[in-house]
Amino acid sequence: MFTRQPIAPLEYTRRWSLRAWVALTMFFLYAPLVALMVFSFNDSRRNIVWQGFTTKYYLKVLHNDTLMTALLNSLTIALFATIISLVLGAMAAVMLWRFRFPWKSAIEGTMALPIVVPEICFGVAMLIFFAQIGWPMDLPWPFSLGAITIAHVTFCFPFVTMVVRSRLASFNREQEEAAKDLGASEWQAFRDVLLPHMKPGLVAGALLAFTLSLDDFVITFFTSGPNTITFPVKVYSMVRFSVTPEVNAVSTLLILMTVILTTIALYLQNRMTENSGKGHS
Amino acid sequence: MQDWGTQKRVFAAIATAPILWLFTFFVIPLAVLWAYSFGRNVGLTEIDISGTFANYARAIEPLYIAIFGKSVAVAALTTFICLIVGFPVAIAITFAAPKWKPWLLLGIMLPFWTNLLIRTYALMTVLRGEGYANQSLGWLWNLSSNARVVLGLQPLGAWEPLHLLYNNFAVVLGLVYVHLPFMVLPLYAALDRLDRSLIEASLDLGAGHLRTLLTIVAPLAAPGIISGVVITFIPALGAYLTPDLLGGTDSQMIANVIERQFKRANDWPFGSALSFILMYATFIMIAWQASRERKLKREEA
Amino acid sequence: MTTPQPIIQIRNVTKKFGQLAAVDDVSLDIMAGEFFVLLGPSGCGKTTLLRMIAGFELPTEGQILIDGQDMVGVPPNKRPVNMVFQSYAVFPHMTVRDNVAYGLKIARTPKDEVRDRVEEALGLVKLDGLGERMPDQLSGGQRQRVALARSLVMRPKVLLLDEPLSALDAKLRAAMQFELAELQDKVGITFVTVTHDQDEALSMASRIAVVNKGLIAQLATPSDLYEYPANRFVADFVGSVNLFEGRLVVDEPEQAVVDCPELGRVFINHGVTGPHEAVVHIALRPEKISLYRHGEAPPAPDAPVGHNMADGVIKGMSYLGDITIYEVLLPSGQMMRVSRPNLSRFDQEDFTWDDRVSMRWHSSSPVVLLA
Repeated sequence: MFTRQPIAPLEYTRRWSLRAWVALTMFFLYAPLVALMVFSFNDSRRNIVWQGFTTKYYLKVLHNDTLMTALLNSLTIALFATIISLVLGAMAAVMLWRFRFPWKSAIEGTMALPIVVPEICFGVAMLIFFAQIGWPMDLPWPFSLGAITIAHVTFCFPFVTMVVRSRLASFNREQEEAAKDLGASEWQAFRDVLLPHMKPGLVAGALLAFTLSLDDFVITFFTSGPNTITFPVKVYSMVRFSVTPEVNAVSTLLILMTVILTTIALYLQNRMTENSGKGHS
Repeated sequence: MQDWGTQKRVFAAIATAPILWLFTFFVIPLAVLWAYSFGRNVGLTEIDISGTFANYARAIEPLYIAIFGKSVAVAALTTFICLIVGFPVAIAITFAAPKWKPWLLLGIMLPFWTNLLIRTYALMTVLRGEGYANQSLGWLWNLSSNARVVLGLQPLGAWEPLHLLYNNFAVVLGLVYVHLPFMVLPLYAALDRLDRSLIEASLDLGAGHLRTLLTIVAPLAAPGIISGVVITFIPALGAYLTPDLLGGTDSQMIANVIERQFKRANDWPFGSALSFILMYATFIMIAWQASRERKLKREEA
Repeated sequence: MTTPQPIIQIRNVTKKFGQLAAVDDVSLDIMAGEFFVLLGPSGCGKTTLLRMIAGFELPTEGQILIDGQDMVGVPPNKRPVNMVFQSYAVFPHMTVRDNVAYGLKIARTPKDEVRDRVEEALGLVKLDGLGERMPDQLSGGQRQRVALARSLVMRPKVLLLDEPLSALDAKLRAAMQFELAELQDKVGITFVTVTHDQDEALSMASRIAVVNKGLIAQLATPSDLYEYPANRFVADFVGSVNLFEGRLVVDEPEQAVVDCPELGRVFINHGVTGPHEAVVHIALRPEKISLYRHGEAPPAPDAPVGHNMADGVIKGMSYLGDITIYEVLLPSGQMMRVSRPNLSRFDQEDFTWDDRVSMRWHSSSPVVLLA
């Protein structure tokens, strides 16, 4: 009954040594996160030995006003940064994919720079830039988030461009020609044919921009004024001084949010790529 | 691809906004940073851009050279460990059954989507004196101590928690933890493109699996390995958060020194010079990758 | 009966990509109701010509008129022609019905009319009942029908087809050739097709333009193209042919003789009106040669003694089912292809490798090519 199928030469993944390796790697990646989540429910301040289930740290978090304001700030920044990045990124992607123009490789290279320049360098550049132009520090909410949002858009939109452009590479130009051949104008052909093709790339790009913005600590750390605290900056100051169950609870909430967002995005993307055809040509 | 002149209005409509944004909020700030690196502090907030090279001269003092050297060493070690750990994982994903593949990929990618700060924090809770790592090791220690008693040997001494946090070990471990997905994903992308019949041909011609790996798979996956190395090395070199939270006083990396110039030391010109040195190092890496890629392409042609 | 009007007039059109002329000073009239085929090897400029008619490429020089109207400055979406693309370019995110209705919706056609015309078009290409399918649920042949219906529903003056059958497998291609010709007959729209496949061109076209290096090598009906090729390129490209170089030694109104060093003297039953002693080529199709066992051949039927005959040894055979093709080595060292129908299942005259054979042909079979 236990005759196993023999392992074919290329079925490397069925070898136990490789399986053990993958399992260990996954353990390395997930054990700290899982432990963190589990012990956010632990009824102990030293939070290492299991003392019983509690949700009191979550209540504490919810009643922590600075933390909640920081979270609201972060979500607002991420939302605006995503929308602007998506528009700018999609435009840049179509521009680079579609046109030949003078200085193209220089512009293309510059556009890739925000992806590779170390965060710390861009962060301090933004700090100096906003100081130099005298960006007002006392604007009312949500304009007080302007500087951070601008910084986030600048490093997010090249990512959107990259993702959308790689999606565009698989576009069959004959489809656009077919639309025009059937009477569509430039705009109609874009709306009816190119845009639907770009959609999975746009969703992926938006998700990437949202996560990057929500995740960013270093650049925000340098661009935020004294009165605008974002979520990572707040968590940083909590972590810097002590490991507390509240931080565990906050982290758990954020991890859950990431998982949910990723799931939704993957689901949407799957559905769309199925619909818009894998292009049997 | 068409010339911009054939559709000037369409081109202008889509090109203006991104180029303008990039110029205003990226090129100009970096230019200002660059200018500052040739300036000096006069008074508390005044900075005189005098064209001096003093900041760069200061950056090559032994103290800062040492920090640079250390940052490069730490980033290189991190990259190397990521490659060693990540390559088998990438192989496993590539050759996994179709049913498993997306889940394995998701497994690698999910931590990448998770907040960096939280991941670093999670590692802190594991590594600290009364963290899970020490607890588990202590438990194992006691277990073996008891086993020795049963076997009639001397019991081991009391368990002394290891200092796993706030040192160089923690920094490297943290960097590996954070950057592993950066290595695995490009490796996987390169391996997945690889024509399987090449591996089969190698096996068919009598080469063993290890030999096939070294002589066929590795050279053909070279572009993926190179890009994995570069996109792991660059952020590791410029890492701020990991050494800041996991490192001790002696494990400061270049980014921490830059931060200090802008926050506590308030020496913006010197900080700017250090930033640009870090950026030049990054550019050198990218140039190296580009030249390797060109070379590989030439060899293929 | 009115004389057919040219629906497309191409006048001295040149298209240059950089220094390279893809289309070189071509003039061409395509008549209303024709099934016109542009035939040529890949890269000969035929697709560029088609795309200039559709408006996707603009001529560097020259003029294109559709139905008497100059198309300069008229963008593709305003031209009275529609195109079936090589990749079909069926919109993957729309149903079959939405694909077919697309052009009508752009033209703001009333809803009822859109519905009726879409149904009619789907019926025409035999896709009734598949309107709600998504393109990735269709086979290659069905996707092509969607592309056809999508263009036909617009009732264009001219339908342009870019390599319409190249993506189909052999069986389907053969069936589709007939169906396209039948469809064209039914709708009465002028079809202009581009192809590199000579069988496809011969079976469908009412007229064929053979294009080579941006020039029109010959413009003729399919049978004229095959039987009276105008030059070596056409003779070689359309069908299979044996080519021999020779000198034109006799050239009279009723007869001509070409002396080929590698084949012997070839007698032709009509005049050529070429320069005397000119170097010419003889084109001889494999199916127009009779094969006999060595020494059993009758004299050539309608030529002087010593003409239109050759001996050789069979060096290669390929059995294709309906015919067998023999490669015969001539004493001169040249190879000659001869094809022979397999008239019965068991052939008495079964030739095989290394058999010595004799060949004969009619004086109407060879074509003398001056170019």
